[in-house]
Amino acid sequence: MRNVLPVLTVLAVIIGLWYAAVAPMNIRVTLDQAQRAGAQIVPETARERQQVSVWLLMVRNPAHIVETYAMSRPRLPTPVQVGTELWKTTGEMVLSGRGFSNRSLIYHAWITLQSTLWGFALGTTLGILGAVAIVYSRVVDMSLMPWAIISQTVPIVALAPMIIVVSSQLGITDRTVPKAIISAYLCYFPVLVGMVKGLRSPAHAQLDLLQTYNASGFQAFLKLRLPSSVPYLFTSLKVGIAAALVGTIVGELPTGAVSGLGARILIGDQFGTPLAIWAALMAAAILAGALVTLLDMTQRITLRRMGMQA
Amino acid sequence: MNWLTFALVFWIGAWGLNSLLANSGWRDTRAVRVFVPVLFGVTLLVIWEGLVRGFNVSPVILPAPSTVAQTFARSTGLLWGDFHQTVVKGALTGYAIGASAAFVAAILIDRSAFLTRGLLPIGNFVAALPIIGIAPILVSWFGFDWQSKAAVVVVMVFFPILVNTVQGLREADAMQRDLMRTYAAGYMQTLLKLRLPAAMPFIFNGLKIATTLALIGAIVAEYFGSPTRGMGFRISTGVGSLSIDLVWAEIFVAALAGTAFYGIVVWIERAMTFWHPSQRK
Repeated sequence: MRNVLPVLTVLAVIIGLWYAAVAPMNIRVTLDQAQRAGAQIVPETARERQQVSVWLLMVRNPAHIVETYAMSRPRLPTPVQVGTELWKTTGEMVLSGRGFSNRSLIYHAWITLQSTLWGFALGTTLGILGAVAIVYSRVVDMSLMPWAIISQTVPIVALAPMIIVVSSQLGITDRTVPKAIISAYLCYFPVLVGMVKGLRSPAHAQLDLLQTYNASGFQAFLKLRLPSSVPYLFTSLKVGIAAALVGTIVGELPTGAVSGLGARILIGDQFGTPLAIWAALMAAAILAGALVTLLDMTQRITLRRMGMQA
Repeated sequence: MNWLTFALVFWIGAWGLNSLLANSGWRDTRAVRVFVPVLFGVTLLVIWEGLVRGFNVSPVILPAPSTVAQTFARSTGLLWGDFHQTVVKGALTGYAIGASAAFVAAILIDRSAFLTRGLLPIGNFVAALPIIGIAPILVSWFGFDWQSKAAVVVVMVFFPILVNTVQGLREADAMQRDLMRTYAAGYMQTLLKLRLPAAMPFIFNGLKIATTLALIGAIVAEYFGSPTRGMGFRISTGVGSLSIDLVWAEIFVAALAGTAFYGIVVWIERAMTFWHPSQRK
Protein backbone atom coordinates (compact mmCIF):
# COMPACT_ATOMS: atom_id res chain seq x y z
CA MET A 1 0.00 0.00 0.00
CA ARG A 2 2.93 2.34 0.63
CA ASN A 3 3.56 2.30 -3.11
CA VAL A 4 0.22 3.88 -4.00
CA LEU A 5 1.33 7.51 -3.72
CA PRO A 6 4.57 7.06 -5.73
CA VAL A 7 2.74 5.08 -8.42
CA LEU A 8 0.07 7.75 -8.71
CA THR A 9 2.76 10.43 -8.94
CA VAL A 10 4.57 8.63 -11.75
CA LEU A 11 1.24 8.10 -13.54
CA ALA A 12 0.45 11.80 -13.19
CA VAL A 13 3.87 12.69 -14.63
CA ILE A 14 3.32 10.36 -17.59
CA ILE A 15 -0.14 11.78 -18.30
CA GLY A 16 1.24 15.30 -17.92
CA LEU A 17 3.99 14.59 -20.45
CA TRP A 18 1.40 13.05 -22.75
CA TYR A 19 -0.76 16.20 -22.62
CA ALA A 20 2.28 18.40 -23.14
CA ALA A 21 3.24 16.38 -26.22
CA VAL A 22 -0.18 16.66 -27.86
CA ALA A 23 0.18 20.31 -28.93
CA PRO A 24 3.57 20.06 -30.66
CA MET A 25 2.61 16.75 -32.29
CA ASN A 26 -0.63 18.08 -33.75
CA ILE A 27 0.12 21.74 -34.40
CA ARG A 28 1.20 21.41 -38.05
CA VAL A 29 -1.91 19.55 -39.15
CA THR A 30 -4.11 21.84 -37.06
CA LEU A 31 -2.65 24.94 -38.69
CA ASP A 32 -3.10 23.46 -42.18
CA GLN A 33 -6.74 22.74 -41.40
CA ALA A 34 -7.31 26.16 -39.82
CA GLN A 35 -5.87 27.86 -42.88
CA ARG A 36 -8.14 25.90 -45.18
CA ALA A 37 -11.01 27.07 -42.99
CA GLY A 38 -9.91 30.67 -43.61
CA ALA A 39 -7.90 31.57 -40.50
CA GLN A 40 -4.82 33.82 -40.52
CA ILE A 41 -1.68 31.74 -39.87
CA VAL A 42 1.91 32.90 -39.45
CA PRO A 43 3.94 31.98 -41.56
CA GLU A 44 1.46 31.98 -44.36
CA THR A 45 2.22 29.11 -46.74
CA ALA A 46 2.44 25.46 -45.84
CA ARG A 47 5.89 25.25 -47.40
CA GLU A 48 7.25 28.02 -45.17
CA ARG A 49 5.80 26.26 -42.14
CA GLN A 50 7.72 23.12 -42.99
CA GLN A 51 10.95 25.09 -42.42
CA VAL A 52 9.89 26.34 -38.99
CA SER A 53 10.05 24.33 -35.77
CA VAL A 54 6.82 23.29 -34.07
CA TRP A 55 7.69 25.38 -31.02
CA LEU A 56 7.91 28.55 -33.08
CA LEU A 57 4.60 27.67 -34.76
CA MET A 58 3.01 27.34 -31.33
CA VAL A 59 4.41 30.68 -30.15
CA ARG A 60 3.30 32.52 -33.27
CA ASN A 61 -0.19 30.97 -33.40
CA PRO A 62 -1.21 30.69 -29.76
CA ALA A 63 -4.90 30.87 -30.63
CA HIS A 64 -4.81 27.53 -32.41
CA ILE A 65 -3.16 25.51 -29.66
CA VAL A 66 -6.54 24.74 -28.12
CA GLU A 67 -7.66 23.11 -31.37
CA THR A 68 -4.79 20.62 -31.22
CA TYR A 69 -6.53 19.03 -28.27
CA ALA A 70 -9.78 18.40 -30.10
CA MET A 71 -8.92 17.04 -33.52
CA SER A 72 -10.98 14.32 -35.13
CA ARG A 73 -7.94 12.57 -36.59
CA PRO A 74 -5.05 13.59 -34.36
CA ARG A 75 -1.50 12.33 -34.80
CA LEU A 76 -1.46 12.06 -31.02
CA PRO A 77 -4.84 12.04 -29.26
CA THR A 78 -5.25 13.18 -25.67
CA PRO A 79 -5.86 10.57 -22.97
CA VAL A 80 -9.44 11.87 -22.66
CA GLN A 81 -10.05 11.40 -26.38
CA VAL A 82 -8.75 7.84 -26.16
CA GLY A 83 -10.89 7.18 -23.11
CA THR A 84 -13.98 8.60 -24.80
CA GLU A 85 -13.40 6.46 -27.89
CA LEU A 86 -12.88 3.43 -25.70
CA TRP A 87 -16.13 4.13 -23.85
CA LYS A 88 -17.97 4.71 -27.11
CA THR A 89 -16.90 1.31 -28.44
CA THR A 90 -17.49 -0.60 -25.23
CA GLY A 91 -19.72 0.76 -22.49
CA GLU A 92 -21.99 2.84 -24.69
CA MET A 93 -22.58 -0.10 -27.05
CA VAL A 94 -23.42 -2.33 -24.12
CA LEU A 95 -25.92 0.25 -22.85
CA SER A 96 -27.56 0.41 -26.27
CA GLY A 97 -27.73 -3.38 -26.36
CA ARG A 98 -25.12 -3.89 -29.07
CA GLY A 99 -22.33 -5.02 -26.78
CA PHE A 100 -21.43 -7.93 -28.99
CA SER A 101 -21.76 -6.36 -32.44
CA ASN A 102 -18.64 -6.48 -34.55
CA ARG A 103 -17.99 -2.77 -34.04
CA SER A 104 -17.71 -3.25 -30.32
CA LEU A 105 -14.26 -3.66 -28.80
CA ILE A 106 -15.72 -6.16 -26.34
CA TYR A 107 -16.41 -8.50 -29.25
CA HIS A 108 -12.87 -8.04 -30.60
CA ALA A 109 -11.32 -8.43 -27.17
CA TRP A 110 -13.29 -11.68 -26.80
CA ILE A 111 -11.89 -12.99 -30.11
CA THR A 112 -8.37 -12.09 -29.01
CA LEU A 113 -8.92 -13.56 -25.57
CA GLN A 114 -10.04 -16.89 -27.03
CA SER A 115 -6.89 -17.37 -29.10
CA THR A 116 -4.78 -16.16 -26.19
CA LEU A 117 -6.29 -18.69 -23.83
CA TRP A 118 -6.00 -21.57 -26.32
CA GLY A 119 -2.39 -20.64 -26.99
CA PHE A 120 -1.76 -20.24 -23.28
CA ALA A 121 -3.23 -23.67 -22.54
CA LEU A 122 -1.25 -25.29 -25.33
CA GLY A 123 1.99 -23.50 -24.46
CA THR A 124 1.65 -24.22 -20.75
CA THR A 125 0.98 -27.90 -21.38
CA LEU A 126 3.97 -28.17 -23.71
CA GLY A 127 6.14 -26.23 -21.28
CA ILE A 128 5.22 -28.42 -18.30
CA LEU A 129 5.61 -31.69 -20.24
CA GLY A 130 8.93 -30.48 -21.63
CA ALA A 131 10.12 -29.54 -18.15
CA VAL A 132 9.20 -32.94 -16.73
CA ALA A 133 11.04 -34.65 -19.60
CA ILE A 134 14.06 -32.42 -19.09
CA VAL A 135 14.21 -33.04 -15.36
CA TYR A 136 13.85 -36.81 -15.69
CA SER A 137 15.87 -37.49 -18.83
CA ARG A 138 19.44 -36.38 -19.29
CA VAL A 139 19.26 -36.89 -23.07
CA VAL A 140 16.30 -34.58 -23.39
CA ASP A 141 17.98 -32.06 -21.13
CA MET A 142 21.14 -32.02 -23.21
CA SER A 143 19.48 -31.98 -26.61
CA LEU A 144 16.32 -29.94 -26.00
CA MET A 145 17.43 -27.17 -23.65
CA PRO A 146 19.87 -25.39 -26.01
CA TRP A 147 17.25 -25.41 -28.76
CA ALA A 148 14.58 -24.11 -26.44
CA ILE A 149 16.83 -21.14 -25.73
CA ILE A 150 17.68 -20.65 -29.40
CA SER A 151 13.98 -20.87 -30.31
CA GLN A 152 13.35 -17.74 -28.24
CA THR A 153 16.03 -15.72 -30.00
CA VAL A 154 14.24 -16.42 -33.29
CA PRO A 155 11.78 -13.63 -33.98
CA ILE A 156 8.60 -15.71 -34.24
CA VAL A 157 6.79 -12.83 -35.89
CA ALA A 158 8.77 -13.66 -39.00
CA LEU A 159 6.86 -16.94 -39.01
CA ALA A 160 3.45 -15.47 -38.21
CA PRO A 161 2.22 -14.64 -41.73
CA MET A 162 3.40 -18.03 -42.90
CA ILE A 163 1.74 -20.05 -40.17
CA ILE A 164 -1.51 -18.39 -41.15
CA VAL A 165 -1.10 -19.00 -44.87
CA VAL A 166 -0.04 -22.61 -44.38
CA SER A 167 -2.91 -23.38 -42.04
CA SER A 168 -5.40 -21.86 -44.47
CA GLN A 169 -3.93 -24.00 -47.24
CA LEU A 170 -4.29 -27.05 -45.07
CA GLY A 171 -7.98 -26.25 -44.91
CA ILE A 172 -8.09 -24.72 -41.43
CA THR A 173 -10.30 -21.72 -41.98
CA ASP A 174 -10.70 -20.90 -38.32
CA ARG A 175 -8.18 -18.19 -37.52
CA THR A 176 -8.07 -19.17 -33.88
CA VAL A 177 -5.75 -22.09 -34.64
CA PRO A 178 -2.78 -20.28 -36.24
CA LYS A 179 -3.02 -17.43 -33.74
CA ALA A 180 -3.04 -19.91 -30.87
CA ILE A 181 0.04 -21.63 -32.31
CA ILE A 182 1.95 -18.34 -32.34
CA SER A 183 0.80 -17.63 -28.78
CA ALA A 184 1.86 -21.07 -27.65
CA TYR A 185 5.29 -20.61 -29.21
CA LEU A 186 5.84 -17.39 -27.27
CA CYS A 187 4.44 -18.64 -23.99
CA TYR A 188 5.87 -22.16 -23.64
CA PHE A 189 9.41 -20.96 -22.94
CA PRO A 190 8.91 -19.07 -19.67
CA VAL A 191 6.81 -21.99 -18.38
CA LEU A 192 9.46 -24.51 -19.40
CA VAL A 193 12.28 -22.61 -17.71
CA GLY A 194 10.24 -21.90 -14.58
CA MET A 195 9.08 -25.50 -14.23
CA VAL A 196 12.58 -26.92 -14.72
CA LYS A 197 13.77 -24.65 -11.93
CA GLY A 198 10.77 -25.54 -9.77
CA LEU A 199 10.97 -29.30 -10.27
CA ARG A 200 14.65 -29.16 -9.36
CA SER A 201 14.06 -26.93 -6.34
CA PRO A 202 13.58 -29.66 -3.65
CA ALA A 203 16.73 -30.05 -1.56
CA HIS A 204 18.71 -33.27 -1.56
CA ALA A 205 17.77 -33.89 2.06
CA GLN A 206 14.08 -33.83 1.15
CA LEU A 207 14.54 -36.27 -1.74
CA ASP A 208 16.60 -38.52 0.55
CA LEU A 209 13.88 -38.43 3.17
CA LEU A 210 11.34 -39.69 0.64
CA GLN A 211 13.74 -42.47 -0.24
CA THR A 212 13.89 -43.55 3.40
CA TYR A 213 10.07 -43.72 3.27
CA ASN A 214 10.52 -46.14 0.35
CA ALA A 215 8.60 -43.75 -1.92
CA SER A 216 8.62 -44.57 -5.62
CA GLY A 217 9.85 -42.09 -8.21
CA PHE A 218 6.29 -41.26 -9.16
CA GLN A 219 5.30 -40.64 -5.55
CA ALA A 220 8.32 -38.38 -5.12
CA PHE A 221 7.16 -36.48 -8.20
CA LEU A 222 3.57 -36.11 -6.99
CA LYS A 223 4.24 -35.35 -3.34
CA LEU A 224 7.47 -33.38 -3.44
CA ARG A 225 8.62 -32.11 -6.82
CA LEU A 226 5.23 -30.99 -8.14
CA PRO A 227 4.09 -29.10 -5.02
CA SER A 228 7.44 -27.37 -4.61
CA SER A 229 7.33 -26.21 -8.23
CA VAL A 230 4.01 -24.39 -7.82
CA PRO A 231 5.42 -20.95 -6.85
CA TYR A 232 7.80 -21.10 -9.84
CA LEU A 233 4.93 -22.19 -12.06
CA PHE A 234 2.76 -19.21 -11.18
CA THR A 235 5.57 -16.73 -11.68
CA SER A 236 6.18 -18.10 -15.16
CA LEU A 237 2.46 -18.33 -15.94
CA LYS A 238 2.21 -14.57 -15.41
CA VAL A 239 5.03 -13.98 -17.89
CA GLY A 240 3.52 -16.60 -20.18
CA ILE A 241 0.02 -15.12 -20.41
CA ALA A 242 1.43 -11.69 -21.29
CA ALA A 243 3.55 -13.35 -23.96
CA ALA A 244 0.54 -15.28 -25.25
CA LEU A 245 -1.43 -12.05 -25.65
CA VAL A 246 1.45 -10.48 -27.57
CA GLY A 247 1.52 -13.58 -29.76
CA THR A 248 -2.17 -13.37 -30.57
CA ILE A 249 -2.02 -9.68 -31.40
CA VAL A 250 1.03 -10.20 -33.59
CA GLY A 251 -0.86 -13.04 -35.26
CA GLU A 252 -3.71 -10.64 -36.03
CA LEU A 253 -1.59 -7.71 -37.18
CA PRO A 254 0.07 -8.52 -40.48
CA THR A 255 -2.42 -10.88 -42.01
CA GLY A 256 -5.59 -9.12 -42.96
CA ALA A 257 -7.58 -10.54 -40.06
CA VAL A 258 -10.96 -8.88 -39.62
CA SER A 259 -11.71 -9.50 -35.98
CA GLY A 260 -9.61 -9.22 -32.86
CA LEU A 261 -7.83 -6.29 -31.22
CA GLY A 262 -4.81 -6.64 -33.53
CA ALA A 263 -7.15 -6.47 -36.52
CA ARG A 264 -8.71 -3.28 -35.12
CA ILE A 265 -5.24 -1.75 -34.97
CA LEU A 266 -4.56 -2.84 -38.55
CA ILE A 267 -7.92 -1.54 -39.81
CA GLY A 268 -7.46 1.73 -37.93
CA ASP A 269 -4.10 2.11 -39.68
CA GLN A 270 -5.51 1.40 -43.12
CA PHE A 271 -8.51 3.71 -42.75
CA GLY A 272 -6.55 6.50 -41.07
CA THR A 273 -8.54 6.54 -37.85
CA PRO A 274 -5.89 6.92 -35.15
CA LEU A 275 -8.48 7.04 -32.37
CA ALA A 276 -9.55 3.49 -33.21
CA ILE A 277 -5.92 2.32 -33.00
CA TRP A 278 -5.42 4.00 -29.64
CA ALA A 279 -8.66 2.62 -28.24
CA ALA A 280 -7.72 -0.91 -29.36
CA LEU A 281 -4.27 -0.48 -27.81
CA MET A 282 -5.84 0.67 -24.58
CA ALA A 283 -8.22 -2.31 -24.63
CA ALA A 284 -5.27 -4.65 -25.17
CA ALA A 285 -3.48 -3.06 -22.22
CA ILE A 286 -6.55 -3.49 -20.02
CA LEU A 287 -6.88 -7.12 -21.13
CA ALA A 288 -3.21 -7.80 -20.35
CA GLY A 289 -3.56 -6.15 -16.95
CA ALA A 290 -6.72 -8.11 -16.14
CA LEU A 291 -5.18 -11.46 -17.12
CA VAL A 292 -2.00 -10.89 -15.11
CA THR A 293 -3.98 -9.66 -12.09
CA LEU A 294 -6.25 -12.70 -12.28
CA LEU A 295 -3.27 -15.06 -12.26
CA ASP A 296 -1.70 -13.08 -9.45
CA MET A 297 -4.81 -13.51 -7.32
CA THR A 298 -5.00 -17.24 -8.15
CA GLN A 299 -1.37 -17.52 -7.13
CA ARG A 300 -1.99 -15.89 -3.77
CA ILE A 301 -5.03 -18.02 -2.98
CA THR A 302 -3.39 -21.26 -4.12
CA LEU A 303 -0.17 -20.66 -2.22
CA ARG A 304 -2.06 -19.73 0.91
CA ARG A 305 -4.12 -22.92 0.64
CA MET A 306 -0.93 -24.90 0.21
CA GLY A 307 0.57 -23.22 3.23
CA MET A 308 3.46 -21.71 1.35
CA GLN A 309 2.74 -18.06 1.92
CA ALA A 310 1.14 -16.44 4.91
CA MET B 1 8.27 -44.11 -48.66
CA ASN B 2 12.04 -44.60 -48.89
CA TRP B 3 12.69 -41.14 -47.54
CA LEU B 4 10.35 -41.73 -44.64
CA THR B 5 12.10 -44.92 -43.60
CA PHE B 6 15.47 -43.20 -43.86
CA ALA B 7 14.27 -40.32 -41.67
CA LEU B 8 12.84 -42.77 -39.15
CA VAL B 9 16.03 -44.87 -39.04
CA PHE B 10 18.16 -41.72 -38.73
CA TRP B 11 15.97 -40.49 -35.89
CA ILE B 12 16.22 -43.74 -33.95
CA GLY B 13 19.96 -43.96 -34.58
CA ALA B 14 20.59 -40.36 -33.51
CA TRP B 15 18.43 -40.77 -30.42
CA GLY B 16 20.30 -43.93 -29.48
CA LEU B 17 23.68 -42.29 -29.98
CA ASN B 18 22.60 -39.24 -27.99
CA SER B 19 21.32 -41.24 -25.05
CA LEU B 20 24.48 -43.33 -25.14
CA LEU B 21 26.61 -40.19 -25.03
CA ALA B 22 24.47 -38.42 -22.44
CA ASN B 23 24.76 -41.33 -20.04
CA SER B 24 28.41 -42.12 -20.77
CA GLY B 25 31.49 -41.05 -18.85
CA TRP B 26 32.19 -38.17 -21.24
CA ARG B 27 28.89 -36.47 -20.68
CA ASP B 28 30.42 -33.39 -19.07
CA THR B 29 33.08 -32.83 -21.69
CA ARG B 30 32.71 -29.83 -23.93
CA ALA B 31 32.62 -31.90 -27.12
CA VAL B 32 29.62 -33.97 -26.00
CA ARG B 33 27.80 -30.90 -24.68
CA VAL B 34 28.03 -29.33 -28.13
CA PHE B 35 27.59 -32.53 -30.16
CA VAL B 36 24.35 -33.74 -28.54
CA PRO B 37 22.20 -30.66 -29.27
CA VAL B 38 23.74 -30.31 -32.74
CA LEU B 39 22.82 -33.89 -33.58
CA PHE B 40 19.31 -33.19 -32.26
CA GLY B 41 19.02 -30.18 -34.60
CA VAL B 42 20.33 -32.18 -37.56
CA THR B 43 17.82 -34.91 -36.78
CA LEU B 44 14.97 -32.41 -36.89
CA LEU B 45 16.17 -31.22 -40.31
CA VAL B 46 16.43 -34.80 -41.60
CA ILE B 47 12.91 -35.62 -40.37
CA TRP B 48 11.61 -32.43 -41.98
CA GLU B 49 13.33 -33.29 -45.28
CA GLY B 50 12.09 -36.88 -45.07
CA LEU B 51 8.49 -35.89 -44.36
CA VAL B 52 8.41 -33.32 -47.17
CA ARG B 53 9.89 -35.74 -49.72
CA GLY B 54 8.09 -38.81 -48.44
CA PHE B 55 4.63 -37.25 -48.53
CA ASN B 56 5.36 -35.08 -51.58
CA VAL B 57 4.36 -31.92 -49.71
CA SER B 58 3.81 -29.04 -52.10
CA PRO B 59 6.66 -26.49 -51.86
CA VAL B 60 3.98 -23.84 -51.50
CA ILE B 61 3.05 -25.26 -48.11
CA LEU B 62 6.39 -26.37 -46.75
CA PRO B 63 9.63 -26.46 -48.76
CA ALA B 64 12.31 -28.98 -47.84
CA PRO B 65 15.39 -27.68 -45.99
CA SER B 66 17.53 -28.49 -49.05
CA THR B 67 15.33 -26.26 -51.23
CA VAL B 68 15.59 -23.49 -48.66
CA ALA B 69 19.37 -23.88 -48.60
CA GLN B 70 19.52 -23.60 -52.38
CA THR B 71 17.36 -20.48 -52.35
CA PHE B 72 19.53 -19.05 -49.59
CA ALA B 73 22.72 -19.66 -51.58
CA ARG B 74 21.14 -18.20 -54.72
CA SER B 75 19.89 -14.97 -53.16
CA THR B 76 22.61 -14.00 -50.70
CA GLY B 77 22.82 -10.49 -52.17
CA LEU B 78 19.11 -9.86 -51.68
CA LEU B 79 19.15 -11.34 -48.19
CA TRP B 80 22.16 -9.22 -47.21
CA GLY B 81 20.35 -6.09 -48.37
CA ASP B 82 17.30 -7.00 -46.28
CA PHE B 83 19.48 -7.86 -43.30
CA HIS B 84 21.26 -4.52 -43.56
CA GLN B 85 17.99 -2.58 -43.81
CA THR B 86 16.17 -4.34 -40.97
CA VAL B 87 18.80 -5.47 -38.51
CA VAL B 88 21.68 -3.03 -38.90
CA LYS B 89 19.70 0.14 -39.63
CA GLY B 90 16.41 -0.56 -37.86
CA ALA B 91 17.01 -2.94 -34.97
CA LEU B 92 20.59 -2.09 -33.94
CA THR B 93 20.11 1.70 -34.13
CA GLY B 94 16.91 1.47 -32.14
CA TYR B 95 18.50 -0.92 -29.67
CA ALA B 96 21.44 1.42 -29.08
CA ILE B 97 19.22 4.49 -28.65
CA GLY B 98 16.65 2.69 -26.49
CA ALA B 99 19.25 1.05 -24.26
CA SER B 100 21.17 4.30 -23.68
CA ALA B 101 17.96 6.23 -23.01
CA ALA B 102 16.77 3.58 -20.54
CA PHE B 103 20.18 3.54 -18.85
CA VAL B 104 20.29 7.32 -18.41
CA ALA B 105 16.66 7.41 -17.27
CA ALA B 106 17.33 4.65 -14.74
CA ILE B 107 20.27 6.53 -13.21
CA LEU B 108 18.23 9.73 -12.98
CA ILE B 109 15.21 7.99 -11.46
CA ASP B 110 17.43 6.10 -9.05
CA ARG B 111 18.39 9.37 -7.32
CA SER B 112 14.85 9.56 -5.91
CA ALA B 113 13.67 6.62 -3.81
CA PHE B 114 10.12 7.95 -4.21
CA LEU B 115 10.20 7.80 -8.00
CA THR B 116 11.82 4.37 -7.92
CA ARG B 117 8.99 2.97 -5.82
CA GLY B 118 6.43 4.44 -8.20
CA LEU B 119 8.21 3.47 -11.37
CA LEU B 120 8.95 -0.20 -10.72
CA PRO B 121 5.30 -1.40 -10.66
CA ILE B 122 4.41 0.73 -13.68
CA GLY B 123 7.51 -0.37 -15.57
CA ASN B 124 6.77 -4.01 -14.85
CA PHE B 125 3.20 -3.52 -16.02
CA VAL B 126 4.24 -1.75 -19.22
CA ALA B 127 6.81 -4.48 -19.93
CA ALA B 128 3.91 -6.97 -19.97
CA LEU B 129 1.83 -4.94 -22.44
CA PRO B 130 1.61 -5.75 -26.14
CA ILE B 131 3.63 -2.64 -27.04
CA ILE B 132 4.14 -4.00 -30.54
CA GLY B 133 0.69 -2.58 -31.36
CA ILE B 134 2.06 0.96 -31.54
CA ALA B 135 4.03 -0.01 -34.66
CA PRO B 136 1.44 1.43 -37.09
CA ILE B 137 1.30 4.69 -35.14
CA LEU B 138 5.06 5.13 -35.15
CA VAL B 139 5.26 4.23 -38.83
CA SER B 140 2.78 7.01 -39.58
CA TRP B 141 4.81 9.43 -37.44
CA PHE B 142 8.30 8.70 -38.70
CA GLY B 143 7.70 7.58 -42.28
CA PHE B 144 8.35 4.32 -44.08
CA ASP B 145 12.13 4.15 -43.89
CA TRP B 146 14.26 2.66 -41.11
CA GLN B 147 13.71 5.60 -38.73
CA SER B 148 10.21 4.40 -37.87
CA LYS B 149 11.50 0.85 -37.30
CA ALA B 150 14.19 2.18 -35.00
CA ALA B 151 11.51 4.17 -33.14
CA VAL B 152 9.42 1.04 -32.57
CA VAL B 153 12.51 -0.76 -31.29
CA VAL B 154 13.35 2.13 -28.95
CA VAL B 155 9.91 1.97 -27.33
CA MET B 156 9.98 -1.84 -27.10
CA VAL B 157 13.40 -2.17 -25.48
CA PHE B 158 13.12 0.87 -23.21
CA PHE B 159 11.03 -0.51 -20.38
CA PRO B 160 12.63 -3.95 -19.87
CA ILE B 161 16.08 -2.34 -19.70
CA LEU B 162 14.85 0.50 -17.49
CA VAL B 163 13.19 -1.81 -14.97
CA ASN B 164 16.16 -4.15 -14.82
CA THR B 165 18.67 -1.33 -14.42
CA VAL B 166 16.67 0.35 -11.66
CA GLN B 167 16.38 -2.98 -9.88
CA GLY B 168 20.08 -3.64 -10.32
CA LEU B 169 21.06 -0.26 -8.90
CA ARG B 170 19.35 -1.26 -5.66
CA GLU B 171 21.42 -4.42 -5.52
CA ALA B 172 24.43 -3.06 -3.57
CA ASP B 173 23.55 -3.63 0.09
CA ALA B 174 23.70 -1.18 2.94
CA MET B 175 26.92 -2.63 4.34
CA GLN B 176 28.76 -2.09 1.06
CA ARG B 177 27.41 1.43 0.73
CA ASP B 178 28.49 2.22 4.27
CA LEU B 179 31.95 0.98 3.45
CA MET B 180 32.08 3.39 0.49
CA ARG B 181 31.04 6.16 2.86
CA THR B 182 33.85 5.36 5.28
CA TYR B 183 36.17 5.78 2.29
CA ALA B 184 34.64 9.27 1.85
CA ALA B 185 33.46 8.32 -1.63
CA GLY B 186 31.11 10.78 -3.32
CA TYR B 187 27.92 9.92 -5.24
CA MET B 188 29.73 9.48 -8.54
CA GLN B 189 32.46 7.32 -7.05
CA THR B 190 29.94 5.10 -5.29
CA LEU B 191 27.95 4.83 -8.51
CA LEU B 192 30.91 4.01 -10.73
CA LYS B 193 32.87 1.74 -8.39
CA LEU B 194 30.18 -0.05 -6.44
CA ARG B 195 26.61 0.28 -7.67
CA LEU B 196 27.03 0.05 -11.44
CA PRO B 197 29.26 -3.03 -11.24
CA ALA B 198 26.77 -4.60 -8.82
CA ALA B 199 23.96 -3.76 -11.23
CA MET B 200 25.73 -5.30 -14.24
CA PRO B 201 24.08 -8.76 -14.08
CA PHE B 202 20.63 -7.10 -13.99
CA ILE B 203 21.47 -4.67 -16.80
CA PHE B 204 22.65 -7.54 -18.96
CA ASN B 205 19.50 -9.46 -18.18
CA GLY B 206 17.51 -6.53 -19.57
CA LEU B 207 19.83 -6.23 -22.56
CA LYS B 208 19.38 -9.93 -23.34
CA ILE B 209 15.58 -9.74 -23.17
CA ALA B 210 15.72 -6.69 -25.40
CA THR B 211 17.70 -8.38 -28.21
CA THR B 212 14.73 -10.51 -29.24
CA LEU B 213 12.29 -7.63 -28.77
CA ALA B 214 14.43 -5.44 -31.03
CA LEU B 215 14.24 -7.89 -33.91
CA ILE B 216 10.51 -8.49 -33.40
CA GLY B 217 9.86 -4.75 -33.38
CA ALA B 218 11.92 -4.06 -36.49
CA ILE B 219 10.30 -6.88 -38.47
CA VAL B 220 6.69 -6.22 -37.44
CA ALA B 221 7.03 -2.49 -38.13
CA GLU B 222 7.88 -3.36 -41.72
CA TYR B 223 4.53 -5.08 -42.18
CA PHE B 224 2.98 -1.60 -41.91
CA GLY B 225 4.95 -0.04 -44.69
CA SER B 226 8.58 0.00 -45.69
CA PRO B 227 10.79 0.76 -48.67
CA THR B 228 11.01 -2.19 -51.05
CA ARG B 229 13.61 -4.00 -49.00
CA GLY B 230 13.83 -5.36 -45.47
CA MET B 231 13.12 -8.72 -43.91
CA GLY B 232 9.57 -7.97 -42.82
CA PHE B 233 8.75 -6.55 -46.24
CA ARG B 234 10.22 -9.60 -47.99
CA ILE B 235 8.35 -11.99 -45.71
CA SER B 236 4.96 -10.34 -46.15
CA THR B 237 5.33 -10.00 -49.94
CA GLY B 238 6.87 -13.49 -50.20
CA VAL B 239 3.88 -15.02 -48.45
CA GLY B 240 1.59 -13.08 -50.79
CA SER B 241 3.36 -14.28 -53.94
CA LEU B 242 3.80 -17.83 -52.59
CA SER B 243 7.60 -17.83 -52.86
CA ILE B 244 7.70 -19.69 -49.57
CA ASP B 245 11.27 -20.92 -50.00
CA LEU B 246 12.50 -17.31 -50.00
CA VAL B 247 10.40 -16.63 -46.90
CA TRP B 248 12.05 -19.57 -45.15
CA ALA B 249 15.49 -18.33 -46.21
CA GLU B 250 14.53 -14.96 -44.69
CA ILE B 251 13.36 -16.68 -41.51
CA PHE B 252 16.68 -18.50 -41.40
CA VAL B 253 18.47 -15.14 -41.62
CA ALA B 254 16.25 -13.79 -38.84
CA ALA B 255 17.02 -16.82 -36.69
CA LEU B 256 20.72 -16.47 -37.36
CA ALA B 257 20.65 -12.74 -36.63
CA GLY B 258 18.65 -13.26 -33.43
CA THR B 259 20.93 -15.98 -32.14
CA ALA B 260 24.09 -14.07 -33.06
CA PHE B 261 22.79 -10.87 -31.46
CA TYR B 262 21.91 -12.73 -28.27
CA GLY B 263 25.22 -14.59 -28.35
CA ILE B 264 27.20 -11.36 -28.64
CA VAL B 265 25.42 -9.84 -25.65
CA VAL B 266 26.05 -13.02 -23.62
CA TRP B 267 29.71 -12.90 -24.66
CA ILE B 268 30.06 -9.28 -23.52
CA GLU B 269 28.27 -10.20 -20.30
CA ARG B 270 30.75 -13.00 -19.61
CA ALA B 271 33.65 -10.65 -20.24
CA MET B 272 32.25 -7.91 -18.00
CA THR B 273 30.68 -9.85 -15.13
CA PHE B 274 33.24 -12.67 -14.85
CA TRP B 275 33.27 -12.07 -11.08
CA HIS B 276 29.58 -12.88 -10.59
CA PRO B 277 28.69 -16.29 -9.04
CA SER B 278 26.46 -17.22 -11.98
CA GLN B 279 29.44 -16.93 -14.35
CA ARG B 280 31.88 -18.94 -12.27
CA LYS B 281 32.66 -22.42 -13.42
